[in-house]
Amino acid sequence: MSLLGFFKGKRKPGTPGDNGNADRGIMVFENTSEVIQAENVLKRKGWEIRVMGPPPEIQSGCDLVIEFPLIEELNILRTLEREGIPPLEMVPVTSPLLQPVDIFHIKDFGEHIMVRAANMKLTVEKATGNIVNVSGGGCPDVPYLAYEMVGQTLADAPSPREIGHTLCGYALQLAFEEVQRQCLP
Amino acid sequence: MLAIAGTVPSEGFPIVSGEITLDDNHIRICDERISVNRGTPALIAAAIKTAETLGQPAPFVYLVGDIGRGKGSRRLYKYLTDHLPQSDFQTLTFHYLQPIVHWHERLQQALHEMKELPILIADAGFMYAAKMSGKSSLYDLFTPDIGELAFLADEKAPHPFYTRGFILHDENRVSDLIARAYTHNNAARFLLVKGKQDYLADRQGILETVDRPMEEALEAMGGTGDTLTGIVSALIDSGMAIREAAVVAMKANRLAGHYAKPTPSTQIIEVIHHIPEALSEILKKRV
Repeated sequence: MSLLGFFKGKRKPGTPGDNGNADRGIMVFENTSEVIQAENVLKRKGWEIRVMGPPPEIQSGCDLVIEFPLIEELNILRTLEREGIPPLEMVPVTSPLLQPVDIFHIKDFGEHIMVRAANMKLTVEKATGNIVNVSGGGCPDVPYLAYEMVGQTLADAPSPREIGHTLCGYALQLAFEEVQRQCLP
Repeated sequence: MLAIAGTVPSEGFPIVSGEITLDDNHIRICDERISVNRGTPALIAAAIKTAETLGQPAPFVYLVGDIGRGKGSRRLYKYLTDHLPQSDFQTLTFHYLQPIVHWHERLQQALHEMKELPILIADAGFMYAAKMSGKSSLYDLFTPDIGELAFLADEKAPHPFYTRGFILHDENRVSDLIARAYTHNNAARFLLVKGKQDYLADRQGILETVDRPMEEALEAMGGTGDTLTGIVSALIDSGMAIREAAVVAMKANRLAGHYAKPTPSTQIIEVIHHIPEALSEILKKRV
């Protein structure tokens, strides 16, 4: 049985049909020791995770992976980085070869510049570096990130990497880094 | 009656449900007062303004605090699953909720326990959950922006963050993205796409396009998609057909944005204040 088939076979009652793993991701680590450390940290913090064998598409890393809630990728990554055990890769269960967005759309409004990464847009006043708007996105940390960042300068604003939790937060982090590249000396 | 379910960006905010009022720049429910910034409060405020203009009651709302950890969303999913089967809403709009497939599935089961299935509208995180679940066709209307349309069009992407580059590059080919979303059954019965031009589409293709007035700055403003979803939800709940409601909403949202004289730093509340004026004007022209 393939790994994906195995996941489907282990589905809990009340969980969905063919797309039941669509909101799950896989973390790949350097070695088994890191997998065990990461498992302990994440379980202690209350995340629903499982240690599994890797899918065939994942060639690098050790022979165990951790399945995790994909939407919370940013929050989990931050936790593991703080513990000194960042994963080598974090990928969707259903399509392990997918890569995070790496295309930016930049729009120049004259006094303002807007950068879009995936579904997230960040707009900054060029002269001051003030963040004037955050738009797009659908995860619940987007309004929170907007509340915390709008009105702050690029230098002073908290980064989405620090206070975001979801993949929308992660996309906003990429837009934030790109607009810093565009605006900061 | 219209019901709206979503989140507010405050971790300690409890689950509240009931009818809601708009008080200048805040919505009020029970003893809670919430700033209308963007997200679900902006959607609700736009729906209230629309309902007022139409002489309809304010929407019923289900709200909880969530800053992205998902705890509030999970509690609200459970609350909705327990309470919706006993309700009799005509229209239900789901908005900023953490996309969680198994909770989406349970909620769908609860919806089918209602005496009559409401018109179902989804936007933001809940729309992502519907797509991830492979159950988009159970919905009557999705309201994506162009980045989210690319996500719906990418049958492999579990979230917009993973939308493949060759699809993102196609953003000027909206009709192709719409067709691709329907081909893979990742679209609702209707798609209302907000962008430089707004589109209404169904499985047959683009039905309506609205591109005036054109205010470039609105693209940068957080919340313009939320207000569009709020307006169209209230119009549909008033009894207007989805196609007609979508056209009125696209025009009214753009006109309200125009009246706000927007710059890229304008905040969404300034657009919301102009919704009654803009909507009245569009409705008059329609008669």
